[in-house]
Amino acid sequence: MSSTTPRTSPEVGGMGHSIKRKEDARFLRGQGKFVDDVKLPGMLYLDIVRSPYAHAKITKIDTSKAMAIPGVLAVVTGELLKQYNLHWMPTLMSDTQMVLPVEKVMHQGQEVAAVLATSRYIAADGVQAVEVDYEPLPVVVDPFKALEPGATVLRTDKEGKTDNHIWHWEAGDKAGTEQAFAQAEVTVKQDIYIPRINVASIETCGCVAHFNKTDGKLTVWMTTQAPHAIRTVFALVAGHVGLSEEKIRIISPDIGGGFGGKVPVYPGYVIAVAASVLTGAPVKWIEDRIENLQASSFARDYHITAELAGKKDGTMQALRFKTIADHGYTDAAANPSKFPAGLFHIATGSYDFQHAFMEVDAAYTNKPPGGIAYRCSFRVTEAVHAIERMVDIFAKDIGMDPADLRKKNFIKPDQFPYKSQFGFEYDSGNYIGALDLAMKRIGYDDLRKEQAEKRAKGELMGIGISSFTEIVGAGPSKHYDILGIKMFDSCELRIHPTGKAIARFGTKSQGQGHETTYAQIIAEELGIPAEHIAVEEGDTDTAPYGLGTYASRSTPVAGAAGAMAARKVRDKARKIAAYLLEVAEEDLDWEPGKFFVKGSPSKSKTIQECAFAAYTNNPPGMEPGLEAVNYYDPPNLTYPFGSYICVVDIDKGTGQVKVRRFVAVDDCGNIINPMIVDGQIHGGLAMGLAPALYEEINYDADGNIQGGSLMDYLVPTSMETPSWETDKTCTPSPHHPIGAKGVGESATVGAPPAIANAVVDALWHLGVRHIDIPITPPKVWALLKEKGVAE
Amino acid sequence: MIPASFDYSSPKTLSEAISLLQQHGADAKILSGGQSLIPLMKLRMAAPKHVVDINGIDGLAYIKESGGFLTIGALTREADVDASQLVHDRYPLLADTAGVIGDPLVRNLATVAGNLAHADPANDHPATMLALGASVVATGPKGARTIAISDFFTGIFTTTLAPDEILTEIRVPMPQAGSGGAYLKVERKVGDFAAAAVAVQITLDGGSFTSAGIGLTNVGPMPIKATRAEKALVGKPAVESTIVEAARIAAEEADPAEDLRGSVDYKRSLVRVLTARALRLAITRAKGEH
Ligand SMILES: Cc1cc2nc3c(=O)[nH]c(=O)nc-3n(C[C@H](O)[C@H](O)[C@H](O)COP(=O)(O)OP(=O)(O)OC[C@H]3O[C@@H](n4cnc5c(N)ncnc54)[C@H](O)[C@@H]3O)c2cc1C
Repeated sequence: MSSTTPRTSPEVGGMGHSIKRKEDARFLRGQGKFVDDVKLPGMLYLDIVRSPYAHAKITKIDTSKAMAIPGVLAVVTGELLKQYNLHWMPTLMSDTQMVLPVEKVMHQGQEVAAVLATSRYIAADGVQAVEVDYEPLPVVVDPFKALEPGATVLRTDKEGKTDNHIWHWEAGDKAGTEQAFAQAEVTVKQDIYIPRINVASIETCGCVAHFNKTDGKLTVWMTTQAPHAIRTVFALVAGHVGLSEEKIRIISPDIGGGFGGKVPVYPGYVIAVAASVLTGAPVKWIEDRIENLQASSFARDYHITAELAGKKDGTMQALRFKTIADHGYTDAAANPSKFPAGLFHIATGSYDFQHAFMEVDAAYTNKPPGGIAYRCSFRVTEAVHAIERMVDIFAKDIGMDPADLRKKNFIKPDQFPYKSQFGFEYDSGNYIGALDLAMKRIGYDDLRKEQAEKRAKGELMGIGISSFTEIVGAGPSKHYDILGIKMFDSCELRIHPTGKAIARFGTKSQGQGHETTYAQIIAEELGIPAEHIAVEEGDTDTAPYGLGTYASRSTPVAGAAGAMAARKVRDKARKIAAYLLEVAEEDLDWEPGKFFVKGSPSKSKTIQECAFAAYTNNPPGMEPGLEAVNYYDPPNLTYPFGSYICVVDIDKGTGQVKVRRFVAVDDCGNIINPMIVDGQIHGGLAMGLAPALYEEINYDADGNIQGGSLMDYLVPTSMETPSWETDKTCTPSPHHPIGAKGVGESATVGAPPAIANAVVDALWHLGVRHIDIPITPPKVWALLKEKGVAE
Repeated sequence: MIPASFDYSSPKTLSEAISLLQQHGADAKILSGGQSLIPLMKLRMAAPKHVVDINGIDGLAYIKESGGFLTIGALTREADVDASQLVHDRYPLLADTAGVIGDPLVRNLATVAGNLAHADPANDHPATMLALGASVVATGPKGARTIAISDFFTGIFTTTLAPDEILTEIRVPMPQAGSGGAYLKVERKVGDFAAAAVAVQITLDGGSFTSAGIGLTNVGPMPIKATRAEKALVGKPAVESTIVEAARIAAEEADPAEDLRGSVDYKRSLVRVLTARALRLAITRAKGEH
């Protein structure tokens, strides 16, 4: 079931071949070209003065000492930007964010001023020399307190704003759900906090902005996952100062990890652009690691109160979530416009509920803005964590094995396409198949026996399951847009006379391997060897318009565009082949790489011969050349899924949790490159382990960040990660041209609840119902002590 | 994370280095492995005007037994300690310690001498050297002097080294027969400083402790020598009740503060748990069972 035989030969390297990643040749040799590798003659350097306070009035900015340092050319302040009306900018969620403050700062680490200098070192000296006087204001850190009446109103810039409430959003059937809860035999309720985290990509954010005063063209090399959208945003926001869209070129070169953190527009980019426009010189701004952790957009920070209702026999009937979303001082998430809480309403997960309702209220606090989707499709991680925790709690309360409970309530294979209570139409799935395989791989029944024996001896061992459903590939234009731009994506495919090709896409790889997988999709469709298909992305002057890479949308959307463009090329090639073979088009059959006359396979024309003819001997009346463009508007989202099982052992002396085993069974539909899929799963699992056991960004009562450097922001290394055991099932997407679903984020989404469930499973008999992630040793130890079992 | 500007010199001899230190006084900093100094400079928490790089001085990198001591030179890296068969065979406490300092990249550069001279209570070697009863050699304008490690640390980041002295050698007494040691550390992830760590070095004779050294890492403003716990061992049989009692006392001697690595209670409890576990491991090693 898992591996179907590829249709193309290894030489062609179409779908299903584990060909080596084309991009690795340069990455492994240190020859990648990242933003910080861009060096232009006369380039200036920007460094940013940041606020030590979480909420304070700025009474004075004295730049004289900084300006006295040889090599410091300017100090950009909010007052300067205000002259051009550039001190505020819109966020992707149509909120507003300061580029540089004029009145007050709203979070620690916020940009206060920027120093422009002839070297990076002098710029840093300049930052140290800028003197800012602050008048501290009351700090609001807790979103619940932020929403209480009488709380200090933070957004005093918004006329008439009398509270810290941003928006209310709800979905589902409130009355039906209430009734179901009122009548239910069993209800369970749990507060679940999904902490604030940072993507901590290896490459931080930055740009080189170059405004050429002669021709008025602005070129920005930028760490962005969505270069085209950024160009349009720049044109819309800075049109009044003369930036028009054809004169803006955004280049997203090699990107060292994005994970959602490189979707937003950060103040640093805008300041660098402004500084270049003012000086006419190229300006480089590169965030350092601490700035990145402290001020780039955060992810998660959802306070969920979840409730589940069902019968004693294990039938789950209704689900209800009430959530407070902490957005920091502005809503700088990057969700589709219609969905301020993203796709959080995928929350019914893999289960067939009769009723569901959720509501989310967003709050302003004195923290950095964001709410981005860290390696997840718009809040799916939050939803999956909550539902998978609730399923476990429900199972334990009614005394049923959590695997049995899941199987009883799964949406069954014959129910697809399945319409969820929140209105999504799941395309395909075989949830029982994935869970059965995971249980077999890990030896579930034996583990339960071992656990019972260990428990009798007082040892703590736990087994946790997560059977997640993802929702990716945003999305159909009817529902999905960002700032009004529909979430299609695109491919422009050109076949050269010798039968080689170049394909350009509207997405942007940040490590996913698009240069390889996109080439494989086209190789599959045309039979041109993948090694002869060059793939380009990220330059808005050359690539077709697309919404970029995040939310696992590249394969579902741009990958589909690639397949469709290739099919258009093939249709034209068929006409050429018919002309060359002097037969009717209907008399031709296709196998990857060539057309042949039905019944006489020796009479054939290869795709390369057709390509050559397109430039040398095209049929009369036909346009020469062989190329095609496709803008793909997906008919639906895709729904990858999987079942993960984790085994943990707990040290009763130290509270340390050791992940002994972790089996991950994934189903992402048809697979383009199995090796790349494995790589995505391995990396994703490590990034799922991270928030489960290690990573968190916290603030003290004064809004001081805790864990704002890699010393305390605990990104796990290979030493912390267990040896992942992966497997797969394959349930193709029925609506996607190549049956693929997207896999970049499944593991990040699915892993945390498996780990959390395992830890709680180890401690449930002591009376522990839930532990918020990250499950750190001090937290576990405190519980062990409370329950009287600590060593 | 850009340091302030500084002058740099790379002397070729010890005396040249010492005269540079004399010349620049408090404005100078010695650079050995750079794994503590450079991060501090990049964060601008340290801004020495003059950096004296001692890496160009020959003859300062060695690990050998001589004159009743294991001697470790100023430029011996953690990785060298970790790779030394002699250390693994005879000084397991030292091998354990070198193996949990930072990560391999850090260990390739970081020196044991720098680890002590930096006098960070979070560093691992201070506790180890306290448990081992080591001493250090300080070389200055007036020649060399020996300082017992228990007299070396005076506070957070401060020692009895004069500004013009270089720590040139570490001396660890050669173990008597029946000795064993162990270092156990709880860290949040690899490369982290300890939430708490415990170094023990013991000698057994006829089933009883004849000597015991216990050092505690990162549970006080200075590295702690748990002298009361040590006393609770010496002369007593190496049995579980002795271990448990010494571990209890070691936890009392700890003086931790709450931070992101845990609460006071948690850290104190870690000291107790780790002391007991380290003692058990040291005993099996002393008996040649491990
Ligand atoms: C990522 C990371 C993780 C780390 N983790 C740990 C850990 O887990 N445990 C741990 O113990 N340490 C850890 N360290 C610190 C590391 O071990 C340091 O290298 C060590 O503390 C200092 O040794 P050094 O040779 O690098 O000294 P340097 O950084 O060169 O110097 C440190 C200080 O000591 C002075 N100094 C250095 N050598 C001498 C000398 N011979 N005589 C007099 N003064 C001298 C310097 O002037 C400076 O003030 C870590 C460091 C990093 C970067």
